[in-house]
Amino acid sequence: MSLVLDVRDATKVYGAGETAVHALRGVSLQVEPGDYVAIMGASGSGKSTLMNIIGCLDVPTAGEFHLDGVDVGALDDRRQAVVRNRKIGFVFQSFNLIPRMTALMNVELPLAYGGVKPAERRRRALAALDLVGLADRVGHQPNELSGGQQQRVAIARALVTSPTLLLADEPTGALDSTSTLDVLGIFDRLSAAGRTIVVITHEADVAEHAKRVVRLRDGRVIEDTRLAPVDGLPPRLKEVTA
Amino acid sequence: MSAVEIVRFAVRGLAANKMRSALTTLGILIGVAAVILLVAVGEGSSRSIQQNIQQLGANTLTVSSSTGGGGGGGGFRMARQQQDTGPRTQARPLTVDDARALADRAAAPHVSSVSPVVSANAQAASYDGASHPIQQVIGTYPSYFEASNKPVAQGTYFFNDDVLAARKVIVIGQTVAENLFGALDPVGRQITLTGVPFTVVGVLKEAGSTGGFQDADDVAIAPLTSVQQSLTGFGPLNQILVKAGSAGDVAAAQAEITSVLDQRHGVGGTVAADYQILNQATLQETVSAATSTFTVLLAAVAAISLLVGGIGITNIMLVTVTERTREIGIRKAIGAPRGAILGQFLVEATLLSLIGGLLGVAIAVAGAQFTIAGITPVVVPSSVVLALGVSVAIGLFFGSYPANRAARLRPIEALRFE
Repeated sequence: MSLVLDVRDATKVYGAGETAVHALRGVSLQVEPGDYVAIMGASGSGKSTLMNIIGCLDVPTAGEFHLDGVDVGALDDRRQAVVRNRKIGFVFQSFNLIPRMTALMNVELPLAYGGVKPAERRRRALAALDLVGLADRVGHQPNELSGGQQQRVAIARALVTSPTLLLADEPTGALDSTSTLDVLGIFDRLSAAGRTIVVITHEADVAEHAKRVVRLRDGRVIEDTRLAPVDGLPPRLKEVTA
Repeated sequence: MSAVEIVRFAVRGLAANKMRSALTTLGILIGVAAVILLVAVGEGSSRSIQQNIQQLGANTLTVSSSTGGGGGGGGFRMARQQQDTGPRTQARPLTVDDARALADRAAAPHVSSVSPVVSANAQAASYDGASHPIQQVIGTYPSYFEASNKPVAQGTYFFNDDVLAARKVIVIGQTVAENLFGALDPVGRQITLTGVPFTVVGVLKEAGSTGGFQDADDVAIAPLTSVQQSLTGFGPLNQILVKAGSAGDVAAAQAEITSVLDQRHGVGGTVAADYQILNQATLQETVSAATSTFTVLLAAVAAISLLVGGIGITNIMLVTVTERTREIGIRKAIGAPRGAILGQFLVEATLLSLIGGLLGVAIAVAGAQFTIAGITPVVVPSSVVLALGVSVAIGLFFGSYPANRAARLRPIEALRFE
């Protein structure tokens, strides 16, 4: 089975000479399709750098990175944009919805950049919003939605292109406990439906929902624990669906 | 990602900041409107001047005394000339005999009519209690009406008999008719011109506004002899109006007039001519050259304001790009290619300038309906096309720098931007 993610011995150095900062010191990480991985670590552990590399927003200084079998570092700017559009769905801590655009328009945006026809775009965006339980909020702008609702719109936007990988960076970091449960419930159900998810977090509660937990410290993987089999259900699915 | 899509994003981006977009548009609007309107004013003034010249009469030549040689100040020059050329008394004024000589078919075959002219300025006219100073009273022959392009609207012209008999008949202009008679029909009534009674036989057709130099309708035309008798005395003529057979004959007629008058006035060798001939065609060319310089100058001033408007666009687009750095980062993270971002900001800038340009054209065209500083502007189509084209080019040119900056932003840095 081909790997969704294949990071081999990646290093990342910011700056040069004596002031150089080694954010990653040789990280290797393989993720199989259908897996649900939580990457944990304190701030400064390199988890954001790793997420930028996985999200094709940055390239490693050394080492290799293959996404869905494609060597992303070798692609030009335009092809990288296509990879971000088709293969990755981003969920950010601060939602990052575009202001003054309705929920529906925000969700349609990746499809617009992907060249999908307007009618098809609308259909898929409405389906994605329905999936996160916001079918009745499609016409609202971000500032008319609660934090939890905004994050669900962001998840719908990430899912709408049916990406190979759903990549979430501290998705619950800015949410209250009820909204956190909502969002984690969505992730668990997506995982149960077979979607590959990578969540970056520093909260143990969030990591416990994943099938596999990877801990980073000082730019290295220090622990890799499997909580549930790759083709099994996420460990806390029952709680969130109850 | 289609072009329509990019335009939609751009429109939404502009609509998000309506006040700022409107003000930026205003800069271009003013520039474009100024270019079109000022060129229109220049063109309007040039046309009105040319029309004035044409109103003086087509194919006509005006002969008048040169002022330089005729007055007392010329004494010294006369003395010197005498040394050079022998007997020469004085610069001769134009006389009725000069006019008769010009009318000689044999000597001047290209001349079709000759009208000697005397004129008196600001003559008080009155009728039944109403009075009005007539700006110019002209004494001439009947051929003057045709040569100077002054048709009669009511009544009739006077005739050669009237000139011979020095009858006190007069043809008045519209302004005079209105001021003296109001709604009455002036034909057949008697007016008093500085105490001398004249019978009105006709009213001239309205000449219309002449661009504010003088009212072409504030005139009265009477037989030469009558005016000389009662107003000016039997002195020299002010001018002789000569009409050539056709437009092509004007140059030949001018040569003939020169040779006849040179002979009669003893001009030749080192003796300078004591008269001058004003040719409408040359006058027209000179005036056109002067007014086109004027128009270019106006357009240049206006073009500067268009440039300033363009710089305003760059400025606002730079602010917009900085302000929306995060949004650009989000768009890039969800897969917007560089071209789409570049296109969006370029289209935003171009839309600003295009909307400004179109509104500017609308305002300029509306403004051109009014009379500006006594001039009726004439919108030049090429200036509209040029101003619009330049405004769009300005949008593209001045928008390309900020748009490039937006497109080049790296997504991680853009996302981190607060």
